[in-house]
Amino acid sequence: MQLLTKSAEDTRELAGTMAGLAEPGDVVLLVGDLGSGKTTFAQGFGWGLGVREPITSPTFILVRSYRGRLALLHADVYRLDHLQEIVDLGLPELLDEGGVALIEWGDVAAPVLAPEFLEVRLEHANGDERSIALRPVGRRWSARWPSIELSLERWRSRSPLPGEAGA
Amino acid sequence: MVEAAAPRAVLGIETSCDETAAAVVVGGRQVLSSVVSSQVDLHARFGGVVPELAGRAHVELLSPVVAEALVEAGMDVRPPPRRGSTVRLPPVGEDPSRNLAAVAATVGPGLIGSLLVGVSTAKSLALVWDVPFVAVNHLEAHLYAASLEDPDLRFPTVVLLVSGGHTMLVVMEGHGRYRLLGQTLDDAAGEAFDKVARFLGLGYPGGPAIDRVAMEGDPEAIDFPRALMEGGWDFSFSGLKTAVITYVRAHPEVSTADVAASFQQAVVDVLVEKARRAAKQERAEALCLAGGVAANSLLRERFLEACQADGLRPFVPSRAMCTDNAAMVAAAGWWRLQLEGPSPLDTGADPAMGLCLAG
Repeated sequence: MQLLTKSAEDTRELAGTMAGLAEPGDVVLLVGDLGSGKTTFAQGFGWGLGVREPITSPTFILVRSYRGRLALLHADVYRLDHLQEIVDLGLPELLDEGGVALIEWGDVAAPVLAPEFLEVRLEHANGDERSIALRPVGRRWSARWPSIELSLERWRSRSPLPGEAGA
Repeated sequence: MVEAAAPRAVLGIETSCDETAAAVVVGGRQVLSSVVSSQVDLHARFGGVVPELAGRAHVELLSPVVAEALVEAGMDVRPPPRRGSTVRLPPVGEDPSRNLAAVAATVGPGLIGSLLVGVSTAKSLALVWDVPFVAVNHLEAHLYAASLEDPDLRFPTVVLLVSGGHTMLVVMEGHGRYRLLGQTLDDAAGEAFDKVARFLGLGYPGGPAIDRVAMEGDPEAIDFPRALMEGGWDFSFSGLKTAVITYVRAHPEVSTADVAASFQQAVVDVLVEKARRAAKQERAEALCLAGGVAANSLLRERFLEACQADGLRPFVPSRAMCTDNAAMVAAAGWWRLQLEGPSPLDTGADPAMGLCLAG
């Protein structure tokens, strides 16, 4: 599914809308270059989950947790060289307790972390615009897909960039 | 307070990130030893490489680092008598300053795997030597770094704490009494340095790399945004990072030195201006710089200028004391011990620990 946001505020709003559809145990992987809007997305997602404290960068301590409608685990795995070290962080156990995980730079780690996840790939478009591609993996996401599509309709990009097939 | 003859030396242990450090400090002031094993040292002295996620490396390094700190300080450490024995050994050593009053360790914030190594080692040593264990907040330790080199710390002082994981303005009203004025809402200042350096291809760690390259550039070349300059005490550096990336993509021919210099200028402008205003509002006598980013040349220079202009006493730690070390942990541990006594041995590590604020 190919989406387009006009500004950082717009990206926050989209992320907040997605958070409204999150269920306990969900894993969302944020993929994108520096400055592509991962932090902005995380802030909007946190807001949508009802987190009312600032969502600050998790880079330094790798995982930060927040309390909202559901617990939010915000992780950054770009410093981790070995998959074993990601497992050592205990993310799967933390998820068992009913939270939602938002994992930055998580595409490499995905197979170790969770068999089912939603990949959110952010890319610079023009100026403050961001192209956002959603790719669901696994059945827990396909069941919800129609309602997700409906909720995100207003951000739907009519003309996907070449080479970026929507999910 | 502790009697004159009582031991006053604290062994500090720091393993919150990727430096393994131990130090012995007497009375929260006099540094007898401070050993830091960074990756650079490691090659030369221990013949290994520290992996980026440092938990396992801390396990291997901490014992030799602690031993070195104790030997260098001339500490006399002997095991206590066996349980059940009625014979108590006489006080160890002639000089009470060479006996340990406590073992202090950073319990947070930091990487959980790394923290646990230091915390469990410190507790074990405290048990074996029969001395108190003291849990230390890493942020509080940074606040004590400047006073280790300049004992004349005056309260209230405003501290600008800037590192890879934190950016905050704190009012230090007395030992162990703080108020948080503001902090970053997204990335820490040091993290912005790292990420921009990575984007510019300047390598890791980003702080020293940008500092070096910026010397050759024009800090006025590009007018990057100064976020939240007018609004309150909080900081935001994520947007600045994105502005740098957007600018370079739009102007691929731009000089890297100019980008580095202009970026650094934008960060330092915000940090120094907010610190100055905070000192004024709080009627502080002193302004104190702390944390790894305090090693940045431009920040140090501008910070000192601001203090001079505003008639504030500056506390700027040496570069070695800015970055993670255990002397500051031992110093903070000493003051914690005076204020609250020993910490329970079931104190856990807390990776997301905040600063203990004034009660």
